[in-house]
Amino acid sequence: MTRVKVSFLTTFICTVLLALSQAASAQISVNDTALMQARPAKLLSAYGLFSSLRGQTPSQRVHPYDLQQALFSDYAVKYRFVYLPFGTRIQYHATEAFDFPIGSVLVKTFAYPADFRKPQENIRLLETRLLIRQEKGWNAWAYVWNDAQTDAVLKVAGKTLPVSWVDAGGQPQNIQYVVPNKNQCKGCHSLNKTITPIGPKARNLNRSYTYAAGAKNQLLYWSENMALDNAPTLANAPSVFAFSDTVASVEKRTRAYLDINCAHCHRAEGPASNSGLFLTYGEDVPVKWGLLKRPVAAGRGSGGFLFDIDPGHADKSILLYRILSTDPGIMMPEVGRSVVHTEGAALIREWINSLEKIKEK
Amino acid sequence: MTKLFRMVAFAVAFMCCASGTHAADTITIDVSGDVQEALQEALILAEPGSTILIPEGTFHFTNALSLDVANITIKGAGMDKTILSFAGQTSGSEGLLITSDGAWLEGFAIEDTPGDGIKTKGVDVISFVKIRVEWTGGPKSTNGAYGIYPVESQNVLVDGAVVIGASDAGIYVGQSRNIIVRNSRAEHNVAGIEIENCYFADVYNNVATHNTGGILIFDMPNLPQKGGHSIRVFNNKSIDNDVPNFAPVGNIVAGVPRGTGIMVMSNRDVEVFGNEVSGNASVNMLIVAYADAYDDPDFNPLPQNIYIHDNIYGRGGWDPDGLAKELIAPKTGLPVPDIIWDGAVDGVWSAFFGPDSDDALHIKEAEGTTFASLEYVYDLIVPWDADINRDITDYPGSIAPRAAIILPQDKGSK
Repeated sequence: MTRVKVSFLTTFICTVLLALSQAASAQISVNDTALMQARPAKLLSAYGLFSSLRGQTPSQRVHPYDLQQALFSDYAVKYRFVYLPFGTRIQYHATEAFDFPIGSVLVKTFAYPADFRKPQENIRLLETRLLIRQEKGWNAWAYVWNDAQTDAVLKVAGKTLPVSWVDAGGQPQNIQYVVPNKNQCKGCHSLNKTITPIGPKARNLNRSYTYAAGAKNQLLYWSENMALDNAPTLANAPSVFAFSDTVASVEKRTRAYLDINCAHCHRAEGPASNSGLFLTYGEDVPVKWGLLKRPVAAGRGSGGFLFDIDPGHADKSILLYRILSTDPGIMMPEVGRSVVHTEGAALIREWINSLEKIKEK
Repeated sequence: MTKLFRMVAFAVAFMCCASGTHAADTITIDVSGDVQEALQEALILAEPGSTILIPEGTFHFTNALSLDVANITIKGAGMDKTILSFAGQTSGSEGLLITSDGAWLEGFAIEDTPGDGIKTKGVDVISFVKIRVEWTGGPKSTNGAYGIYPVESQNVLVDGAVVIGASDAGIYVGQSRNIIVRNSRAEHNVAGIEIENCYFADVYNNVATHNTGGILIFDMPNLPQKGGHSIRVFNNKSIDNDVPNFAPVGNIVAGVPRGTGIMVMSNRDVEVFGNEVSGNASVNMLIVAYADAYDDPDFNPLPQNIYIHDNIYGRGGWDPDGLAKELIAPKTGLPVPDIIWDGAVDGVWSAFFGPDSDDALHIKEAEGTTFASLEYVYDLIVPWDADINRDITDYPGSIAPRAAIILPQDKGSK
């Protein structure tokens, strides 16, 4: 019976020490225990990922980052963070997402300013998605912000939210924004049927970010401050162009755009493998990236056209047709958008029209 | 101490067992509130092995449903009693998506999805039993593409299903292996039943009627799984397929003529027997090569080792449509014979002497069955001798019989 007493005493002392240490530290620290639970927390605040939830100010060891090419999500603004537990390391990979340690978290908050002409004002936080790396792999959860914007609540089955904003051109926009359910998260974040991050790949992180201490290339910062192992020198690191960066060729920008917006599904290991259309940045077999490729199971998505990409004829290409649609039986991507990304579609149009027309006909 | 330890150990063991048996339980969906949320939450939170019961009633969904938990049974009160309507769907490209192994779907209907009805992707062991997928407005090009749509799956059972109105294929099995489609009914689809790029399938005791084409066995290039083979199509009725093709152009089935009974395009080791094929105004039985231009060195466009025997042919070929009208009827005249082979073969030797017996077409039908080979390749070589071959006895032999497909979820039942 003495052992029971000892263990009780230990627990008591630990609890007191923990309380004292928490009180002593002004900075909120991340709740590793909550992150490692089999069941997700009901409230986002339980994880302690932010020192100010509303202000999206990250806690210690939670680092902000940005991507060179981002997935289009109905024009939502995204705040990205990665949490790395003390003493853990990230493994570099040249083409795939980095290998993150157990206990790490990828955080992405989706937000809309009321008026995109004043992007820093009246920001509405909509949802925060977490990818939590546990023993058995990644888990995906979505938290929907309450109206008071004080906390976000777990939504396992997803939710549809009316959202409105004024766009950069001054036009009012209204959409039904769909917060994905757990399975829909996996619908994109799936590689060989296991949940996998998409964004944090070397080519997408290879850009400058303005940290509190000043601007720095993210790969450099991750190597110096976030225990990223085996990263090459910047000169040797893969890179892609931002889709709006007109310094780069239309082809390079388009392929980078298709890579981040489509290739998580459209690759041999992804959920759209059965289509045979593979849009990864490195895919170099033309028929595989769609050139004169006939559709397989497109159904209404074919739009009456014969090829995914009919070179020189954007308006006869299934790829562009589906990107321009908002009909759930036609549109691509299948989830995560309810409006057309006009700027992205314009780039794809320019690219397809620039491809050499086939000679016959 | 020892005694206490034993008691604790027992208690712990008991609790484990109790929670173990509790884990796989039966969940009845509460349909008094938000059914979309209740059903989707159950599909996510169910423990592996659970049964989800959906009561009788018509329920409306705006978002796709999805299942990613292993060994789940989803059961309704019957295909005409538990109806999941997606007429108001605004998000998601199918009604129900299944990505986990071992699902058993039984006794409910999916209606009016803008995209596909039920899709399973990369699944091992999937059963569709007495499931109905229907577009209730009849055949329209705005209907979704596929009704029942397992792809890249294995051990697929479709039994007693009904699919109506798909703008591509009612029952479509793609890039899968070990497949049984039986006792099902497909009507008012472009393709009633389509087996595409599949290995080992038995398609039997089905009725395909009032589609554009009844039963199609296809193989296509540029796909991860191709070279479809080992398919048996038997004891089906493919009758009165009379619906004008309403598939969006660009899809392979958009080229299927109205009134096609059974069609085999490329594939190897296909046995078609004991079927009743009748009332198909273009052609009752059509054996062809994949004819579109393609860029895929690993793809064989020819049908190889095909055995057609003991089928019953009724009226056919009196009013051909599309390619049958343009390419077949001018050569054969009307009515188009019961069986048409395009005569596409590999090389000059085969054009004159027929393919090796391992690659050949074999026919054994009742006397009086009409046939024509269009001599597609032979014509290219000797265009002045443009006669077609109507001699059905030129195609003797058979293919080695294959054992019936047995599925792990189908032991003992028939």
